[in-house]
Amino acid sequence: MLGNEAVARGLYEGGVAVVSSYPGTPSTEITEYVSKYDEVYSEWAPNEKVAMEVAFGSAFAGKRSFCGMKHVGLNVAADPLFTISYTGVNAGMVIAVADDPGMHSSQNEQDSRHYARAAKVPMLEPADSSECLKFAKLAFELSERFDTPVLLRLCTRIAHSQSVVETGERVEPEMRTYNKDQVKYVMMPGYARIRHPIVEERMRALTEFAETTDLNRVEMGGRSIGFITSGTSYQYVREAFGDSVSILKLGMVYPLPVKKIRDFAASVERVVVLEELDPFIEEHCRAIGVNVSGKDIFPIVGEFSQNLVREKMGLPVPQGRALEEAIPPRPPVMCAGCPHRGLFYALVRNKATVLGDIGCYALGANAPLFAMDYTICMGASISGLHGFNKARGEEGEKRAVAVIGDSTFMHSGVTGLIDIAYNGSNSTVIIADNSTTGMTGHQPNPTTGENIKGDPAGKVDLAALCRAVGIRRVRVVDPYNLKECEEVIKEELAASEPSVIISRRPCALLKTVRHNPPLRVNVEKCRGCRSCMKIGCPAISFRDKKAKIDNTLCVGCGVCTQMCAFDAFESESGEGAN
Amino acid sequence: MTQNIMIVGVGGQGSLLASKLLGRLMMNAGLDVKVSEVHGMSQRGGSVVTYVRAGEKVYSPIIDVGEADYIVSFEILEAARNLKYLAPNGRIVTNTQQVAPMPVITGEAQYPENLAEKIAAAGAEIDAFDALSLAEQAGSSKAVNIVLMGRLSRYLGIGEAEWLKALEETVPPKFLEINKKAFMLGRNAT
Repeated sequence: MLGNEAVARGLYEGGVAVVSSYPGTPSTEITEYVSKYDEVYSEWAPNEKVAMEVAFGSAFAGKRSFCGMKHVGLNVAADPLFTISYTGVNAGMVIAVADDPGMHSSQNEQDSRHYARAAKVPMLEPADSSECLKFAKLAFELSERFDTPVLLRLCTRIAHSQSVVETGERVEPEMRTYNKDQVKYVMMPGYARIRHPIVEERMRALTEFAETTDLNRVEMGGRSIGFITSGTSYQYVREAFGDSVSILKLGMVYPLPVKKIRDFAASVERVVVLEELDPFIEEHCRAIGVNVSGKDIFPIVGEFSQNLVREKMGLPVPQGRALEEAIPPRPPVMCAGCPHRGLFYALVRNKATVLGDIGCYALGANAPLFAMDYTICMGASISGLHGFNKARGEEGEKRAVAVIGDSTFMHSGVTGLIDIAYNGSNSTVIIADNSTTGMTGHQPNPTTGENIKGDPAGKVDLAALCRAVGIRRVRVVDPYNLKECEEVIKEELAASEPSVIISRRPCALLKTVRHNPPLRVNVEKCRGCRSCMKIGCPAISFRDKKAKIDNTLCVGCGVCTQMCAFDAFESESGEGAN
Repeated sequence: MTQNIMIVGVGGQGSLLASKLLGRLMMNAGLDVKVSEVHGMSQRGGSVVTYVRAGEKVYSPIIDVGEADYIVSFEILEAARNLKYLAPNGRIVTNTQQVAPMPVITGEAQYPENLAEKIAAAGAEIDAFDALSLAEQAGSSKAVNIVLMGRLSRYLGIGEAEWLKALEETVPPKFLEINKKAFMLGRNAT
C-alpha cells in the first residue's frame, strides 16, 4: 500500500468523520483515498487555511477530523495552527504535512518539524506504510488524550513508496458532547493568557510521554556507533549497516525525549544523528548536553540514500558504470496539446514580463519559451504584479502580466486581485483556466462544478467573480487561437485600467476532452524553417531537415499550423488543418 | 537477498502500472516489497524512475548507484541515463523506442546514436528490442509497459502462471485480454 493510502486507511480505521484538504505533491493521495470511504465526509477546500479550519470546526463540534497538505501548504495554514494549539480539540484532529527533500515537485525544501516546535504541537513521523497506518490511527488517540491537534509528518519517499501493511477494523467513536466553553475556545487576550500555561503543561506531559512511548524505540546492535534517526533516514541506516549498529528510532519527532536520548548516548561509543534537511534532532541533543555528530558529516540540502550513508560513514560504496557520451537532459515539458502553450507563445510575442505562479504553467519558464520572470508561491503572481506596477508605474503596466491557474486563483489569487481593484494599479491578470488542478493530478476545484466524489457541486463563475471585485475589463480567450490571444493581451496591456484575461481551454489530459486526429507534415510543403519549433511541442521534432510529428503524442490542437507559413501541417485526411 | 528492479522512462509512459504488477508478483511470492514512485512535476514528460525492491526484509525504498539487478527501460536514452545504477552483474531490458527530449527537439543537443551497442561496450548485459511494435501487435501502443514485463519475466525465474495471476490482480478487467497478449508477446517473441 502506498504511504499516502496507508495514512488514509489509518484515518479511516481511527474513525475520522470529516476530511478537508488542498492538493499538494506529495500529500494529495491521502485525501483522494479517504474520499473512497463512504463513512467519511471529504472535500477539497479552496486552500489549506480553509481546510484546517474546516477540520478544526469538526473537532470542535465533536467528531474526529483530518486535513492534509504539502510542506508549503502548512505556511498557508499556519495561522489557525498556532491558535488551535491553544484551544486544543474536543474530538481528535490530525494534520498531515508532507515535506519534499530534494524538491521533486516543490519550490523550496523547508523542514516542517519547525512548525511543531513553533506551534507547540506534537509531531509523529512514520518510516514506512505500515507505520503510516498505525501512526495515523494512534494520532487520534494522542490528540484526545493530550487535548491537542497532532501533526503527522511525511516525506516524498514515505508518501510515495508502497510497502506491506496490515489493515484492521474501523472504530466508530460516538460524537462527543458539545459544551459552550468560552475560556477554552474564544481566544481573546484574557482567555488566551489562561490557555498558554496549559499548553506549556501539555508540552511537559508530552515530553514525559516521549520518554516512555514505544513510538521511540531503541534497537541495540553493535555499540561502536549509535544512530539517532527517524522516518526514511532510519531505512537508509538499516540498509547500509544492517544490525551492526545501534539505533534510537524516533517515531515522535516533537517533543523529543531527554532521558531516553541521554541513556542511549551513554550505551554507545559514538552518537550520530541522521536526519534530512535541518539539524532539528541534532540541536536538541546538543541542547541537552549530548555530544553528537550530524550536519558536520551529512548535508543539509537534498535527499539522503543508502550510498550517501555508506560514503559519509566510511563504508565501501557500490560503483556504477557510465557512458562517456553526454546524455541530454529530459526536463518536464508542457504536454502536447497543453492549452498553456499558446498563451505563453502569445506572451512571448508581446515581449511581456511574466510574473508566474504555482502549477503546470510554471513549465512556461523552460526552453524554448522562457516565458516567465518569477515564480514564488501560491497567488504571488497577482499581488506581486501589483507591487511591480506600483514600483515601475506605467512602464510596468504596459508590459507586465500575472499568469495564474484556475485552482491557484481560487486558493489565494482572488485576494491579490481585490488589492489591484481596491488600490488601483492598471495591472493585467491572466487566469489560465484549464478546468482542473493539473499538476497534482486533476483534482476538481471550486470553478469546475464538481466535488471530490465527482458529483455536481457549486461552481464559481470566474468572470463574474472578477467583475464583482471591481474589474470592469474581463475578456475570455481560447489559447489555441494564437492571433486572438496575442491581440487581446496587447489591448489589455495598453488599457488604462486593470483587466483580467481568462485563457480558457480544458487540460488536454482530462478524460472528458475530445481530441482531433493527429496531424502530419506534408514534406513537400515543409521548408525546414523551424518556425513550429518555437512553441516547444514534444510531438514535433526535426528529422532530415523537416518537421516530423509523433502521432502517438499529437492531439491535433492545431497551434503548430498557425506557426507555419507554408501550410505544411495537414490532418490525416490530407486537408490543411484549420 | 534483496532483488532490485528499476523501471525508467518518460513521464506518462505507464511505469506506475508496471511497478504495481511487479509489486503484486513479489508480494504473492511471500516477499517483503517496497515500491517507490515519483509524482507531480516530473510526470510531465520528464525522466521518471520507479524502484521495486523485494526480499525477506526490505529497508530503503530506493535503489542507489550500482545496486540495480535489472533496469527495465521504456526508452533507450533513459536506459543510458540510468546505467550507473546497474549492479556489476545486472541486466538492462529496454525498448529501442526513441523519444526526443526537449533539448534535442530544440536543436541544443543531439540524440546519441547506437546506444544499445555503447551500453554493451561499457560491459553491461543488455536486451534491447522493439517493444512498441509488439504492443501495437497486441492491440494498443499503451501496452508497452506489459510487453516489457513479459520480457523481464524471461529472467526473473518466476513461473508464467504467477505472472498471469498478478496481471489479473492489477489490470482493470476490460484491458486484461490486451495486456495478457502483450505479456505473452514480450515473453515469447524472438
